[in-house]
Amino acid sequence: MQGFGVFRVEYPANAQTEVERFFKGGGWSMPRRLTTGVLIRWAAVLSVVALVAGLAGEVNAQVTRLTVYTAMENDQLGPYKAAFEADNPGIVIDWVRDSTGVIGARFLAERDNPRADVVWGLAVTQLLRAEEFNLLHPYTPRGADALKPAFRDSKTPMTWTGMDAFLSVICYNTVEAKKRGLRAPFSWLDLLNPAYKGRIVMPNPASSGTGYLTVAAWLQIFGEEKGWAFMDKLHENIGVYLHSGTAPCVRAAQGEYAMGIGFDARGALLKQQGFPIEVIIPKEGAGWDMEASAIVRGTRNLAAAQRLIDWTVTRKANELYNTWYAVVAYPGLSNVPPFYPPNAEKAMVKNDFAWMAKNYTRILQEWTRRYDTRSAPR
Amino acid sequence: MGIALAAAPAQRKLARDEWIARVAVVALALWLLVAVALPLWALLSKSFQNRDGVFVGLLNYATYFSSPALFSSFWNSIMVAVIATTITLPGAFVYAYALTRSSMKAKGLFTALAQIPILAPSLLPAIALIYLFGNQGLLRSFLFGQSIYGPLGIVIAEAFYTFPHALLILVTALNTSDARLYESAAALGAWPRRIFFTVTLPGARYGILSAALVVFTLVMTDFGAPKVIGGRFNVLATDVYKQVVGQQNFQIGAVVAMMLLFPAILSFAAERFVRRKQMAQLTAQAVPLVPKPNRQSDWFFFGVCTLIIIPIVGILLTAAWASFIRFWPYNLTMGLGNYNFSRFETAGWLPYWNSLRMAGWTALIGTALIFGGAYLLEKTKGLPFVRSIVQLFAMLPLAVPGLVLGISYIFFFNHPANPLVFLYGTLAILVINTIAHFYTVSHLTATTALKQLDNEFEAVSASLHAPFYRTFWKVTVPVCLPAILDIAVYMFVNAMTTVSAVIFLWVPSTRVASIAVVYMDDAGWQGAAAAMAMMIVYTSATLKLVHVLVARILDRRTQAWRRR
Repeated sequence: MQGFGVFRVEYPANAQTEVERFFKGGGWSMPRRLTTGVLIRWAAVLSVVALVAGLAGEVNAQVTRLTVYTAMENDQLGPYKAAFEADNPGIVIDWVRDSTGVIGARFLAERDNPRADVVWGLAVTQLLRAEEFNLLHPYTPRGADALKPAFRDSKTPMTWTGMDAFLSVICYNTVEAKKRGLRAPFSWLDLLNPAYKGRIVMPNPASSGTGYLTVAAWLQIFGEEKGWAFMDKLHENIGVYLHSGTAPCVRAAQGEYAMGIGFDARGALLKQQGFPIEVIIPKEGAGWDMEASAIVRGTRNLAAAQRLIDWTVTRKANELYNTWYAVVAYPGLSNVPPFYPPNAEKAMVKNDFAWMAKNYTRILQEWTRRYDTRSAPR
Repeated sequence: MGIALAAAPAQRKLARDEWIARVAVVALALWLLVAVALPLWALLSKSFQNRDGVFVGLLNYATYFSSPALFSSFWNSIMVAVIATTITLPGAFVYAYALTRSSMKAKGLFTALAQIPILAPSLLPAIALIYLFGNQGLLRSFLFGQSIYGPLGIVIAEAFYTFPHALLILVTALNTSDARLYESAAALGAWPRRIFFTVTLPGARYGILSAALVVFTLVMTDFGAPKVIGGRFNVLATDVYKQVVGQQNFQIGAVVAMMLLFPAILSFAAERFVRRKQMAQLTAQAVPLVPKPNRQSDWFFFGVCTLIIIPIVGILLTAAWASFIRFWPYNLTMGLGNYNFSRFETAGWLPYWNSLRMAGWTALIGTALIFGGAYLLEKTKGLPFVRSIVQLFAMLPLAVPGLVLGISYIFFFNHPANPLVFLYGTLAILVINTIAHFYTVSHLTATTALKQLDNEFEAVSASLHAPFYRTFWKVTVPVCLPAILDIAVYMFVNAMTTVSAVIFLWVPSTRVASIAVVYMDDAGWQGAAAAMAMMIVYTSATLKLVHVLVARILDRRTQAWRRR
């Protein structure tokens, strides 16, 4: 302790002279040449300024921040967030966005220590899987009873509510097809045409929700055995399996591949932007999944989370969804987005979400075993 | 400590001085422990545990090796790395030879252009290659029906990416030659070809080996290029990402990371061994070799260097051009649409600003920490055991691929029992990770600069009762300012371009530019990805230019004492 005493008495005095000599002595009063001393002092001052500015920048105003997990499209997030925050001042959304499979896997992996408050816009297949792990907080949003019955949980209170349906379609590049003398496909089976070898792209079902719903639809349309046989042959024509459900239509629109199996809204939007593509719904029917929302169990911002979920089922929110998707949860909204394939609702296959959720791991394992191995790149 | 501080007044100051130095060394050791050693330990132990954290021995490894899909990636990685090395090395050698042993024109320009790849993330060459050789590529016919997606694309992108790294080592190796050997050889009547094979090549053999190992490791562990252009060709780096991010399978992710770490450490050990030999070659009596002009061979080298540099510059220009194209491939007019990032990416321009912040902090804190740390090791005494540990930890990051360090950070910093868990999800953890990842090279730069300073400074200061930190501040820092600047720029540029080190650690508010490139490419927006990658290049290139200018001024102002 005595040592500390000496230390304490001596140190400030000494330190002060050090600092004084450093800042006041010499350099400042010298002519302003660019000396090392001046440089160092500048650097020191600048670092302090940067430090203070940096710290000041980190401090945020008093708002409730909701961490929202989503697989919605990047270009949807901005408008959705703006609309919700305008109606609910004091709540700010922090998106965590990735492809469906990735967000789903992350949500499950964090089950001991969930980091999200709300899931808004994730395939219901993934939410049903999360429900099995008891990760969802049951809550019936105000006005949820108005939604179409297929688009809400049948339990009371509900654990999830639907937003819209997204379909898997074929984005078909007309310019490239003409260049290579290809004929447009009208059914899934048409995709087995040997002329398409290496010219089709589709999403990897392990990461992409569109990919999984497509594979699941094939297995439901054709039956398990024929479904896998179909995919074995299709594999021969696939150029590459892409990470997201957006990418196949984008890559097809850019002519990098002749056609992409992707999700409907992106195809319609690309066509609207002027890319030379046709959005084709195969005649066997389109696979689909439902974008849905839920509160995460254990959220520390339950009140704000409830306000968000209440908002997601409003007519206003559904009108927003309807600018992208033809089929939405709120009854009576029937806008067809520009270039969106007509009669989409009729083309949707009969889909068993419970089956899709229950067999998720098994199907993906089988898919990975068959197609994710090293194969000659094309 | 009480005893030390209570000693006689004349010695007390020194004792306090030593005391501070010791505390600082221990603090440095603790920092390296937290930033490097403990995370790696967490990774190692995770690879032996199941999902619930129970020790399961080699079960994960057994799963890994029995899965042909996963294990084939190991050989894919090795194959790509070997091919890329055999392509890059001869090119880099000729280039280095021309720069050091010929009198060709425009050496400065050739040196500068060869540095370009350092300023870009490895995603950039891959994106450019899609525009050049993709299915709609401008030069597609040159591939004779081969696809650029797969090993071919990876190898070309890696050759671009690793070229300057190989070049730097080879230039150093060829520079450290003794002119007397060449004079003797010539005097003995040896032909140039014979001199080349009996003097030049053997003299540079360690440099060549060292460059080969560096390129091999860089390719083996690179994530950017295979992610963009790998197509269906899986490599270890993309496997780690798929397992961890795509499937949240951290156990298998840990095993794949260990598979990545293992060859990297082997190659690192070999490289260290070889480099030590290289150092020993140069004696104090050596006379530097000054190349003599030779019209014919100088023009020959000029031609070869031009041939080598054209694809490198071409790839960069392609990326720049791609970033301005409105509507690839159907409307090639130019516009700034791709730079309007909010069209493609939730956070818009935020990732770019985050990158600037992250790189700024990394440069600022990293430089202070690394240079200060190197000074403590070089110029102060005491605690030899702690010092040797610090020395070891400071070298370790060079052997650890960024992806491996990143995944180790998840395991270590996101563990609920870790008091540092609050760092997870902040910009700070990106900064810590990046400093740790690029620690070694900066540490070596600092050490080299410090070794040039005579230890007499410290001895004289001590006899004048000046504490070491005053000497450090008043003498060492000013004298070493060029090296400090080098470190800061190195840290900044690497923080801007790194993908692998941060891909596992970002959260939406700390998403950085290189990550945004990965995600925009994933969504199919190559134009926007090219634009963001180019933003990184513009920034690093600007900083590098400023660096060159400032270094020139500094050299004039502060380094005059080096000249007589």
